[in-house]
Amino acid sequence: QGGGSAVIDMENMDDTSGSSFEDMGEMHQRMKEEEEEEEVEGEAGAAEEEDGEFLGMKGLRGQLGRQVADQMWQVGKRQASRAFSLYANIDILRPYFDVEPVQVRARLLESMIPVKMINFPQKIAGELYGPLMLVFTLVAILLHGMKTSDTIIREGTLMGTAIGTCFGYWLGVSSFIYFLAYLCNAQITMVQMLSLLGYGLFGHCITLFVTYNIHFHSLFYIFWLCVGGLSTLRMVAVLVSRTVGHTQRLILCGTLAALHMLFLLYLHFAYHKVVEGILDTLEGPNMPPFQRVARDIPVVSSAVLNTTVKAIALTL
Amino acid sequence: FAGLADVSISEDIPVEGEITVPVGSHSPDEDFSTLDEPVRDTILRDLKAVGKKFIHVMYPKKSSALLRDWDLWGPLVLCVSLALMLQGGSADSKDDGGPQFAEVFVVIWFGAVVITLNSKLLGGTISFFQSLCVLGYCVLPLTVAMLVCRLVLLAGAGTVSFIVRLIVVVAMFGWSTLASTAFLADSQPPNRKALVVYPIFLFYFVISWMILTFTPQ
Repeated sequence: QGGGSAVIDMENMDDTSGSSFEDMGEMHQRMKEEEEEEEVEGEAGAAEEEDGEFLGMKGLRGQLGRQVADQMWQVGKRQASRAFSLYANIDILRPYFDVEPVQVRARLLESMIPVKMINFPQKIAGELYGPLMLVFTLVAILLHGMKTSDTIIREGTLMGTAIGTCFGYWLGVSSFIYFLAYLCNAQITMVQMLSLLGYGLFGHCITLFVTYNIHFHSLFYIFWLCVGGLSTLRMVAVLVSRTVGHTQRLILCGTLAALHMLFLLYLHFAYHKVVEGILDTLEGPNMPPFQRVARDIPVVSSAVLNTTVKAIALTL
Repeated sequence: FAGLADVSISEDIPVEGEITVPVGSHSPDEDFSTLDEPVRDTILRDLKAVGKKFIHVMYPKKSSALLRDWDLWGPLVLCVSLALMLQGGSADSKDDGGPQFAEVFVVIWFGAVVITLNSKLLGGTISFFQSLCVLGYCVLPLTVAMLVCRLVLLAGAGTVSFIVRLIVVVAMFGWSTLASTAFLADSQPPNRKALVVYPIFLFYFVISWMILTFTPQ
């Protein structure tokens, strides 16, 4: 199929419909001169000539105009459909979505297990379904976290901020690490990097899902180190196995580890301000009135969960 | 066809039959007749089609009516009413925590487009607007849940009302997901149904979450 070429055909750039510009200019000039002659002759004949029944000069100009317009329309349509088939063709993305549910589950579990063999380049599946679903799940969890912490976004919307944060992180950090990998001569493609980082967000999803509902700082730090650390270690190990040279490995993996762990830290603490008030005051015997209650869910659910967890911790 | 070489028709049996093929009346007048009918007929016909689809959503059977003649009136009406009911407080109050109209609208349509693209990329045979139609119509149980929540909130905002609202929203969320899955999953290859169902689940989960966390200012 020749419809999807990325090369611009030069022959389409020159669409003078078969006649050169000089000829068109001559024809126009001739038509104008003859029209002036006609006007001098009188208007009695002009009424008949307006029908264009015979090929007088008016008929010819009408036909020429129509032909030119028709040609322009055809060329425009051809160019537009070519551009459309090139850019808006979602079939470009189809091979990256060719997965089975078993494979997705296996990759999700693998993303938490760091590989030991770093002398041999590890295989990364260039698939985009799992990472995309994980980013959307993170958006949903972030939205939940923002609502339970009563975040008020002044210029923007809650949904927009959540989507922007998650997609910005995924696409931006992937591009940045891909650029660094290009500088450090690591063997990784953009799709593979997107896939790797996307699956690395699985640890973030688990951590935030648990700690947005059970608000304990120590619990969060344990999750941050263990779960976040495991997924970071896996990504780092895969990158190390594909890079040669100590300095390059250090730069690449240090940057990725720092960005990944700091992102989890940011997501937890940025939407945590108000909830700290509950934690400190729950030490007392009675529950204080919660001043900024725009949602009644934090009062009921988090109080219940916190007292349950405390009771369990006390009995253990 | 070698065995038919010796078949012969005796000449005294008359061969008879109809040679004209009954043609469905496709006279050009019929195609344009909907232009001449009164406006009330047009509106009533469209309303009946929308109402029939609503009933198909509430009692999801395996029928193709939703898919065959898709229309986006129902989703528009549902989306606008849901977004209106989810408006939280006036725009210039300080404690503006409720989702704005534009936010709900964008979430529903952007989410539906993403799910449609996803199902097409996974090898689905359904068209773009058919999928949008199904996803939009299956927001109906959640709109009903929103109505019920608002009524319950009129009575008070305590623990009991929260539990009632939670039960109602969870039930309607399950209904929505099941209804849309019943229509959409058939168009996928059989081993990839879970991959298509998960984004639908997430989509309705986000909408249910917006409904559950709504409190009037």
